[in-house]
Amino acid sequence: MEDTVKQEDHFNEKLEKGDFIEPKDWMPEKYRKTLIRQISQHAHSEVVGMLPEGNWITRAPNLRRKAILLAKVQDEGGHGLYLYSAAETLGISREELLDQLHTGKAKYSSIFNYPTVTWADIGAIGWLVDGAAIMNQVMLQRTSFGPYSRAMIRICKEESFHQRQGYEIMVALSKGSAEQKQMAQDALNRWWWPTLMMFGPPDAISSNSADSIKWKIKRETNDELRQKFVDRTIAQVEYLGLTVPDPKLKWNEARGHYDFGEIDWAEFNSVVKGNGPCNRERLKARVGAHKNGEWVRDAATAYAKKQAAKAAGSLVA
Amino acid sequence: MNKQEALIDYCLRLGDNSLVLGHRLSEWCGHGPILEEDLALANIALDLLGQTRNLFTYAAAVEGKGRTEDDLAYTRNNYEFRNALLTEQANGDFAVTIARQLFYTSYAWLLFTELQKSKDETIAGIAAKALKETSYHLRHCNEWTIRLGDGTEESHRRMQDAVDSLWMYTDDIFAQTEGDALLIKEGIAADAATLKPKWDAMIKETLTKATLKMPEGGFMMKGSREGKHTEHLTYILGELQFLQRTYPGMEW
Ligand SMILES: [Fe+2]
Ligand SMILES: [Fe+2]
Repeated sequence: MEDTVKQEDHFNEKLEKGDFIEPKDWMPEKYRKTLIRQISQHAHSEVVGMLPEGNWITRAPNLRRKAILLAKVQDEGGHGLYLYSAAETLGISREELLDQLHTGKAKYSSIFNYPTVTWADIGAIGWLVDGAAIMNQVMLQRTSFGPYSRAMIRICKEESFHQRQGYEIMVALSKGSAEQKQMAQDALNRWWWPTLMMFGPPDAISSNSADSIKWKIKRETNDELRQKFVDRTIAQVEYLGLTVPDPKLKWNEARGHYDFGEIDWAEFNSVVKGNGPCNRERLKARVGAHKNGEWVRDAATAYAKKQAAKAAGSLVA
Repeated sequence: MNKQEALIDYCLRLGDNSLVLGHRLSEWCGHGPILEEDLALANIALDLLGQTRNLFTYAAAVEGKGRTEDDLAYTRNNYEFRNALLTEQANGDFAVTIARQLFYTSYAWLLFTELQKSKDETIAGIAAKALKETSYHLRHCNEWTIRLGDGTEESHRRMQDAVDSLWMYTDDIFAQTEGDALLIKEGIAADAATLKPKWDAMIKETLTKATLKMPEGGFMMKGSREGKHTEHLTYILGELQFLQRTYPGMEW
């Protein structure tokens, strides 16, 4: 009992000083659980996120864009790998994590349950979705858990390229033909609100936010990050000559921020619960890939075992 | 066919190979058997796309009619494509993809090894860079062929089936044209006929290590050098060229 108290004091001291918590350090069970939930959710998001964008690799409009998109989607897979490794340091295997995803126990970012129906969606995802993700990830570079922070530092290096390539697509479309401009506006209309939802429920009702702030897993609240995102993005929307689908959006001189309309949290909750336009397809694709790959993974394991047995045999001989 | 035409045709042949194969590999993105393979296949696809862009840019320059890499990729018709029939075959299961990689990549490795000595400096430069990439691709498919062949009973069966089913497209990879003969004489192109026995030896070595049987003889399908393709190519082009065909002449 006293031990736990001491350990907890020591843990809190470290947090206070701004030291990293490392995998071997003592940590409250709830801290560990929160991190596993958050890091794995993040990893799953990277991997599921490959699907809507991967959709357009074969249809990219020119070879340069195709190469950029391929590299981008490949980066996202890499992010998934770093994050699965970071989660594994907390004592859970990748197999277990994937199982949680496939059974619906673990979540991934709901944004990837929206469809990519035109090329402009690839622009909107890079610009808005990666843009929103970056704000979260920049903050997480200073998260209290060492491996998570280090993964974020690596990831952030690649993310600014993701947002830039998306914005570039939007610039090209908005300078293009009437049809292209229409495509860009339509994508903005569809992605704007779901992107704002990415920051999570309002602080007043967010169940996880308070603990995460206390443990310095998060350093800014959902609402703070959301406001920052809106403030930053509106100038870009204006540069593109597009409009956000929010009649209440208005600069508030007194606050020094943009005011914006009410987010439809009922839609958010419904998509989180599994009723978005692509939830079933996304999960089906991931489960299908895993199932279809089972014989491949089994073969690799069997081959490695045979090789190990051979090596052991030759040592004995 | 004069030398200029032959050179354009040769670059298109090689560029189409990597474009179409890269397209196929990129279809795996997000659907691979393990995340590491999603990354590896995307990486290979990206290298192949880079090779295509170098080759198309050069073909367009040699042609001198102001066409771009994108004109070549997006506005040619099915019968104008010169990619080997093998490269357009469907992904199938992972074993089929690996067998296709093995057959193509062994060829590409031999080809670029020769072409880095080409008397055409641009070709030599493109080949030297491609050879580095191809060495990695070759290791990747060799290792997987062996792992799958010598893994479980199921993987062995699937890998053997894959090798057997794609075998009929392997002669077509080496098909040559009159134009090639012209370029070979000038020391610009590699003589595919001399690559074939080396390819046979490479494939045999890997298949043997993988406890797989090397197919012998049988029907061999050809035609890619004359633009005669299997049914797959038009579907690929339908996807690949969709935006450029629907909205011609736009900037993206
Ligand atoms: Fe990412
Ligand atoms: Fe990203």
